[in-house]
Amino acid sequence: MTEGAFSVDGVFFLAVICMTAVTYSLRAGGYWVMGRLPITEKMRRGLEALPGAIIVSTILPIVMQGGLAVGLCLIVAAAAQFLLKKEYIAVFCAAGAAAALRAAGV
Amino acid sequence: MLDKNVTLSLRGCVQGALMCLPVLPGVIALAAVFGTVAAQKGLTFLETVLMNSLVFAGASQFVAMEVYGDPLTLGTLIAMVGVTAAVNLRMLLIGASLRPWLGQVPGYQTYPALFFLTDLNWLLAMGQYQKGSRDWGIYLGSGLIFWSVWSLSVIPGYFAGSLISDPKTFGLDVILPAFFAAMLVPLWKGKRQTVSWLIAGAVAAVTWFLVGGYWSIFTGAIAGAFAGAYLDD
Repeated sequence: MTEGAFSVDGVFFLAVICMTAVTYSLRAGGYWVMGRLPITEKMRRGLEALPGAIIVSTILPIVMQGGLAVGLCLIVAAAAQFLLKKEYIAVFCAAGAAAALRAAGV
Repeated sequence: MLDKNVTLSLRGCVQGALMCLPVLPGVIALAAVFGTVAAQKGLTFLETVLMNSLVFAGASQFVAMEVYGDPLTLGTLIAMVGVTAAVNLRMLLIGASLRPWLGQVPGYQTYPALFFLTDLNWLLAMGQYQKGSRDWGIYLGSGLIFWSVWSLSVIPGYFAGSLISDPKTFGLDVILPAFFAAMLVPLWKGKRQTVSWLIAGAVAAVTWFLVGGYWSIFTGAIAGAFAGAYLDD
């Protein structure tokens, strides 16, 4: 096996294929399963609650790891979104706040 | 309980692609950093591009590279696939939540489109869904743009070492969580959301303290969904 930029190790290729397959089956699997189950009113409400629950569960550990600066930036983002209702402004404000807080040494 | 009047239009695709613009700096930075990590770990260019474009799931790629070692043994391979599955488990829930919207769309369209499912384009699309849109071009267009940008951005990262020496200096690392926080705002409707988010947050925090890693997304999300299903307004 040469070390050229366009060479691919056989075992590594197999690993990538397996990782792709497992990720795709998760991407498609939840959708597929829900097609086999009757979507009841309870289930619809549960699915409706999922986006918020996933967001909260995703950002909370990020805040706990990132500390005060990250927590403040996310509050800035949520506040900007609440006031101006534009995602791009919210994201821009948060990035600006992060840069400023770090320059200030928080 | 499946939605009728579900459409797919070019206008929706373009709208979805345009809505991605604010998050793209975060996506570019993350993919570039992955390219740098892959180069440092000794992957060839083609190996890096293949992994990045085929797996197409940021966090899991980084965790898999932590596990990676050269030469790659069968044990390491299984470990890489295992951590990828663990980090991406939340995709099951994300995909499930698209069923009411896309259930009427023929499978030959939805199943290829599900390859492009990420937290980001799902969130964007669900935001529009809540506002009443049923054009799933928003999901598809945003997914395609994320995949293209993700696939291209790894290249400069691979060759230039780290273009941006420290993404933190420019606040690039908070773009994705900030986008998440912003998307949470319009989802709030009242008591049902407050309680289900508190439950999701509590379960996620406990899981994170006890187990760490990415399990907290899965456990918190399931707890929040159950709370949402059984709570009355």
